[in-house]
Amino acid sequence: MTSISEDSDKEKVRSVSVDLNNDASLVIDIPDALCERDKVKFTVHTKTTLSSFQKPEFSVPRQHEEFIWLHDTIVETEEYAGLIIPPAPPKPDFEGPREKMHKLGEGESSMTKEEYAKMKQELEAEYLAVFKKTVQVHEVFLQRFSSHPIFRKDRNFQIFLEYDQDLSVRRKNAKEMFGGFFKNMVKSADEVLISGVKEVDEFFEQEKTFLLDYSSKIKDATAKAEKMTRSHKNVADDYNHISGALNSTAADNNTAFKKTISVCVLQKLEDRVASDQELKLTELLRYYTRDIQAAKDLLYRRARALADNENSNKALDKARLKGKDIAQAEENQKQCLQKFDKLSESGKKELTSFKARRVVAFRKNLIEMTELEIKHAKVRRLKSNNTLYGSKLSIFLLCQKSLGY
Amino acid sequence: MAASSERSPPPFPDSEEPELLEDSDEGADAFTGTSISEMDSPSPDSTRPPKDIFNEPPEDIFSDPLSNINSEPQKKVDAKIPSPSSDEAVDLFSDPLDDDSEVMSSPEVQNPMPDLLNEPVEAPKSDVLGEPPVSSVKKAASSEMFGDDDDDEDLFKEPPKVVTKKPQPSGPPVDVFTEVKSDVKVKPQVKDDPTDLFAEEALTAPAPKPSAGSSSSRTNGVHSEEQDLFSEATVELSLDSPRNDRKNKDAVKPSVSAPAAPVASSSSKAPSKTLKELEEEESEDKFDLNISITNPEKVGDGMNAYMAYKVSTQTSLTMFRSKTFTVRRRFSDFLGLFEKLSEKHSQNGYLIPPPPEKSILGMTKVKVGKEDPSSAEFVERRRAALERYLQRVVSHPSLLQDPDVREFLEKEELPRAVSTQALSGAGFLKMLNKATDAVSKMTIKMNEQDVWFDEKIQDVENEEQHLRKLHVMVESLVNHRKELSGNTAVFAKSVAMLGSSEDNTALSRALSQLAEVEDRIEQLHQEQASNDFFTFSELLADYIRLLGAVRGCFDQRMKAWQRWQDAENMLQKKREAEAKLLWANKPDKLQQAKDEITEWEAKVTQYEREFERISATVRKEVIRFDKEKARDFNRQVIKYLESLLHSQQQLIKYWDAFLPEAKAIV
Repeated sequence: MTSISEDSDKEKVRSVSVDLNNDASLVIDIPDALCERDKVKFTVHTKTTLSSFQKPEFSVPRQHEEFIWLHDTIVETEEYAGLIIPPAPPKPDFEGPREKMHKLGEGESSMTKEEYAKMKQELEAEYLAVFKKTVQVHEVFLQRFSSHPIFRKDRNFQIFLEYDQDLSVRRKNAKEMFGGFFKNMVKSADEVLISGVKEVDEFFEQEKTFLLDYSSKIKDATAKAEKMTRSHKNVADDYNHISGALNSTAADNNTAFKKTISVCVLQKLEDRVASDQELKLTELLRYYTRDIQAAKDLLYRRARALADNENSNKALDKARLKGKDIAQAEENQKQCLQKFDKLSESGKKELTSFKARRVVAFRKNLIEMTELEIKHAKVRRLKSNNTLYGSKLSIFLLCQKSLGY
Repeated sequence: MAASSERSPPPFPDSEEPELLEDSDEGADAFTGTSISEMDSPSPDSTRPPKDIFNEPPEDIFSDPLSNINSEPQKKVDAKIPSPSSDEAVDLFSDPLDDDSEVMSSPEVQNPMPDLLNEPVEAPKSDVLGEPPVSSVKKAASSEMFGDDDDDEDLFKEPPKVVTKKPQPSGPPVDVFTEVKSDVKVKPQVKDDPTDLFAEEALTAPAPKPSAGSSSSRTNGVHSEEQDLFSEATVELSLDSPRNDRKNKDAVKPSVSAPAAPVASSSSKAPSKTLKELEEEESEDKFDLNISITNPEKVGDGMNAYMAYKVSTQTSLTMFRSKTFTVRRRFSDFLGLFEKLSEKHSQNGYLIPPPPEKSILGMTKVKVGKEDPSSAEFVERRRAALERYLQRVVSHPSLLQDPDVREFLEKEELPRAVSTQALSGAGFLKMLNKATDAVSKMTIKMNEQDVWFDEKIQDVENEEQHLRKLHVMVESLVNHRKELSGNTAVFAKSVAMLGSSEDNTALSRALSQLAEVEDRIEQLHQEQASNDFFTFSELLADYIRLLGAVRGCFDQRMKAWQRWQDAENMLQKKREAEAKLLWANKPDKLQQAKDEITEWEAKVTQYEREFERISATVRKEVIRFDKEKARDFNRQVIKYLESLLHSQQQLIKYWDAFLPEAKAIV
């Protein structure tokens, strides 16, 4: 059970920023979260000037499942088919740190007190990092809605923000899970089927190839970045262990190399580099992997509409040929066309803004990451410098001592 | 202390002047043997070959008579000492208890006396003198207080020797002294040694002197008392009480322990002094001898292939024929060198630097001849390890003198070291060590009377454990860093790909820049990983091996102790047998029994001396090792930190360069 107040870290936490045009009429944040077992309760705080809300400021407790519910209802709403729907936040995963914590508890007897304390501290830091990240993705999810001109007016969204009781969303049961899985299957099969449909708009054609390409690349990059940060963390862990071992060696050793050995103050920093890298870069990539998936979904919906359109065209032709049901087919065809056009139009807008948003977000994160890297490197340089002087000094003292001064 | 113990008697018997101090500097030389021989020559026993002192039995032979005398009482002393806790043992002997000790000893003294008288004590004495504590005491007493009466001096000196071996005899009748005295006179050289020692000590510890002087002057009149004093001092010596105790004693009762004081001071100063000496030695020690191993080269093909290394030496030492020379050596030659050295020196308690271990897997890879990076790394790693090994060998002052070392460095062709073929020398020795270690740990319950060793052995064991742990961690750091570098490379590639498919030109540019940066960082990680490995991990591996060797030294010492104890037991048995014979009144066998006793007494003394010598050597070696270790660690840590610093700087540079790119994204 950890409760954190994010205020101080707010700036940092928002790092995966999606370009949120923070207009003051609807500001959402998650200032606080409480973790109980596998449930995480987020406090969603809203400040608004919009008249559709009853109060200008309110906060409600929300769980992860409710976020998912919000996402699902919006996906299912027909009229948002032409929009990029913000990707749902991933399920909070505290298993890693928790497992480690457990292991630590088991290994407590085999470690010295300092080691244990250090490990514990370490794990707590890791846990906190995961926690922060989780809070942050949920926050960003809501902010995407609040900054979108259409979504912010969504009824369900407003209910989500305002209703201070439990939304009584239950978890998906097995059947629904299976249903979802099945739907996905159908969707991907459908994607293959309709890929044969000739694209009428060059913009979409282009966008489609780009997105497909980009999505695979970014997925790859994400995986690699994750790997990299993981090994970076391993290195940091090693530093940690080494510094522990060095300390105990030094403690046991009254010889001169005691002082020289306090080398590995660097470990903490390395750790921070790893987690910052994780936060800035990997999260960015991860987020965009999801976002691109959302964009791809949009494209799929559009393609679906396109296919429908073609089908209805065909149906109309057929009807005309047969001379019956013409009116109905015409109606149908018109509807499809309309829907398709609408979709195309909003899709185009969405994709363009998506692109702009992506570039801005990349820019911001890259800059931040670079700055952090520089900062850490500088701090590490300073530390190693200090330690270096420390060891040199201790050698000097040693010489002096042995010379009898 | 260790150093002083090995010092041989100075050339001039009569010259007692403290000015002889200069000799102290040469103490180091004493080890080399040559100096010893010079020093010894004046002594009646000049027959001794130089190196014999340390290595060979002849010395023991000389010491025999004395040792016999001493052995008896000493045994008793030992028997008594163990009973109280070792720390207290020291106190026991300190003044208040002296009386007791005398009392105890008196009966035993009887026996030794006759022996003493009968046998030519002369030769042994010089050996006895070899021991620093005694000599220092004696010297203190003699030079300071007794400077005037030669007789007294001699007297004192003599008794101390005797005393050293057997504290109890201190009580013995005057006859002993007179006898001793005469002996002393015969061998004046003994005195010199002490003086030197003392002089040195006096320098280091001027404070104790006065007290010693006063006390001695006080005691001067009474022989017996003086003897007691000496005995006390010697007892302490033999006990090797912890420095602290001594210091305390000094503080608490300076007057009483006057004779002891110099000893104490000398011993307490010993470590620092030795450190100092080592410092000095270091400067000499640098020996102007540069060894480097280069050009690993594969010779031959298939499974008979081996790597030959170029061993180049640069020196201005006169013991070598030329200033620079180069030989080619293969790995087994290095192992052979180690074996020769350890055969010759390890039983003396010398710390022989262990060579790197044989790696069948690594070598096979090299033999198979694949040009993959891992075998190149293996060769480089071994080359560096061999270089460090050789440097350690030649930086050891006594090992450098060894003809085999010289031969190894100089001689064009070495006979092939065959014994290392089947099994790595290091590995084999380690196995052997481990086996004997285990056995001796089970069978030998060494009653450690020397707190210094007690602590040191503990320390070494702990340290080894720690280093092992540390080593595992550093290894994993190396592996993880390599992994990180690999992953960074992969990431860089995939970022580059991402950049190529990005349609925003600025962003695409930035991404490809990022890819480049990551590429460079990967290089950095790789360099750092090899730094981790070569400066840190290898250092630890070396020291784990070295600590093993240190433990080997301790084991040697323990073995010597065991030998001594066994001899003591045997002697005890013989004595009992004699007593029985005496009781049974069988004079015919009595003579034989007596002969046996004399024989065993000689052995006991010999073993005891061996033990003491080995203790001194080991102590010196360990102190030297500690010093080297501190230096090595310091150097390596600094190197390592510098490498870290460097990579951080590079990192800053890279990211700094990237920052404007990121900012340029529109």
